Amino acid sequence: MSDIQPMLVDTATKIMKDFCTKEVINKAEEGEFPHDLWEALEETGMTSIGIPEDIGGVGGDLEDAMSLLKISGKFAAPIPLAETLLAKLILSFARLPLLNGPLSLLPAQNNDQISFRKTDDAWAVSGKAQYVPWARDVKNIVVFGATSAGQMIVSYVSTDDCQITQGQNLAGEPRDEVMLPDILIDNDRIAPSHNLMGEDIWNRGALTRTALMAGALENILELTLTYAKEREQFGRPIGKFQAVKQQLAVLAGEVTASGIAADAAVSAYEQGGQNQEIAMAKIQVGEAAKAVTNIAHQVHGAMGFTDEHPLHHSTRRLWSWQDEYGSESEWAELLGSEILENSSEQVWSMVTD
Amino acid sequence: MLKELELPIVDLPKETENLREEVRSFLSAELHNESFTTRSDSWLSGFSADFSRKLGERGWLGMTWPKKYGGHERTAFERFVVTEELLAAGAPVAAHWFADRQTGPLLLNYGTEYQRQTLLPRIVRGELFFAIGLSEPNSGSDLASISTRAKKSGNKWVINGSKIWSSGAHHAHYIVVLLRTATHGEKKHEGLSQMIVDLSAPGVTVRPIYLMTGEHHFNEVIFEDVEISEGMIVGEVGGGWKQSMAELAYERSGPERFLSTYPLLKELINQLSETSGQHANIKIGKLASRLWTLRCMSLGVAGLLEKGDSPNIAASLVKDLGTQFEKDVIDVARELIPSRPSMNAPTKFETLLAESILHAPGFTLRGGTTEILRSIIARGIGV
Repeated sequence: MSDIQPMLVDTATKIMKDFCTKEVINKAEEGEFPHDLWEALEETGMTSIGIPEDIGGVGGDLEDAMSLLKISGKFAAPIPLAETLLAKLILSFARLPLLNGPLSLLPAQNNDQISFRKTDDAWAVSGKAQYVPWARDVKNIVVFGATSAGQMIVSYVSTDDCQITQGQNLAGEPRDEVMLPDILIDNDRIAPSHNLMGEDIWNRGALTRTALMAGALENILELTLTYAKEREQFGRPIGKFQAVKQQLAVLAGEVTASGIAADAAVSAYEQGGQNQEIAMAKIQVGEAAKAVTNIAHQVHGAMGFTDEHPLHHSTRRLWSWQDEYGSESEWAELLGSEILENSSEQVWSMVTD
Repeated sequence: MLKELELPIVDLPKETENLREEVRSFLSAELHNESFTTRSDSWLSGFSADFSRKLGERGWLGMTWPKKYGGHERTAFERFVVTEELLAAGAPVAAHWFADRQTGPLLLNYGTEYQRQTLLPRIVRGELFFAIGLSEPNSGSDLASISTRAKKSGNKWVINGSKIWSSGAHHAHYIVVLLRTATHGEKKHEGLSQMIVDLSAPGVTVRPIYLMTGEHHFNEVIFEDVEISEGMIVGEVGGGWKQSMAELAYERSGPERFLSTYPLLKELINQLSETSGQHANIKIGKLASRLWTLRCMSLGVAGLLEKGDSPNIAASLVKDLGTQFEKDVIDVARELIPSRPSMNAPTKFETLLAESILHAPGFTLRGGTTEILRSIIARGIGV
């Protein structure tokens, strides 16, 4: 844990409590971007965590950024915080100016095709991307892609130049289709891609979802425990029934396992830059999401799947995030094939080294 | 996060890397010499006094204990590394297991100077083995209902009753017995004490209870007017419950709670190949994820224990999730490779699978059943 982390966690939690209420989340789903929440985070530097101070960030490391996302996930904050932190990281590595306001980034999916082309005195970017977080609500989107010669390029485009078709994930968060119709870009907005691009961004993207999910899981544990203690049937709180207690213990186990897996993956990635721990953590939170959402909804009864109850703010996000930046099965396939391509010692050294 | 569920990330210190390499090369030499065969659940079924003595010679028993009792004053993390490597190799560690894991720490916390000086150095050398006497024929999960009693007679205590499921008591020299020294008042947990009994003492009978495989690991230990001296009481008379509970975090969170079927997983991966396909990849990837997560949790608990905390809830979680994982390995092995498991099958995979299947019912019973653990967890999180 870094020096600033406790303060960061306190500040972020306070802002979320004040500005990320049930009403704010509901309104966001109806299309109203939570500007007050975003402003409060931006004013306190939360949207530039993990970016060095000398280039306009507020310092802090990957662990700090991820602990912030855990809180964001816990409160179901309907904002592109993960995307903005990732986009700013790319800009900072590419030595491009850090942009203000919420940001998104492309490609959003592994199969999105983005291509850069040199024109006489500038560049042009074209392509199409699916399921882009919050494209409609941001002014700029960070884009990276290849030239026909295979050179990797990073830049950013204004959403005014893009064609955006609105879409959404299971939680009603914006996931739009973005067309880049051969947008012209000045030379000074073009940078050669740093090694951070591509696979590394995918890994970091998966880490953001792991942290968000770990936070959402925590919130579900708290909601479910509170409900089990308050709701009475047959003359006593339902949490007093053995059958319910056993389920709550299973829920707590998965939430605990996910929390430590998310933390351990960040710590390992920061130290070694390998994606095995990210794979293992994303699988863990994905598996936990299944068990935990089942139990939480079962314990909450019919009330828990009404619009009125806040449980679905977290469960629907888990059902969305579990598939973003690689589902547990996609990561497991990758990890499993890596293990089976090597010797049986591989799995043990993966776990212990 | 609820405080009871918070676990720290433990990065093993650099110096453990050399130690790990030492253990690995020792194990590979031993396997090469055929001094042991890899087994599933080796901390129950792999008894070898010779092997334990070899570990003692290398300084891998009583690793964390003070030097004045023969220990090596190494860290809990160094012990963790040695333990997990031994278990992963399916090495025969049953002989010293309980003495090293439980009796030593118990005596260091509550034992008398005489007990420490006479018993600990011999445990460290791998010469002295202990069994655990907790459950009784009529007391399993409801441990406080035990009825084995000790009555004061002059400066001696006289024990009557019986203990059950005492693994390895037929090989061990001593057994640590939880028993009643006074009738309880309002609280069942009062009036319990712990005593060390010499298994060769007059009046002690060790009767085998055979597993469904026909193997002999469990025993019933019967005490008929067994006299022990006051010097063999551990800690306070009447303090037995608290002392026993303090052992549980150690007992429930170690790597043996998720590695019992690791030798099977390893052999499964050996049998599969890179052409096994998507389904096998996914299954193996998911097992690897769970194994890694459990190890992070187990190390986190070890970190808290090292700091002097008693993370009983988190330890119960490790055991609950870990023992489910041990069973999942069996299901995946059967799913991916058609086979005919048998204890005397011609292939290693089928033998390990047989051993795992037939030992599996015990995983979620020993050291607290799944149901008891989940009750403890539920209470810990406030319901």
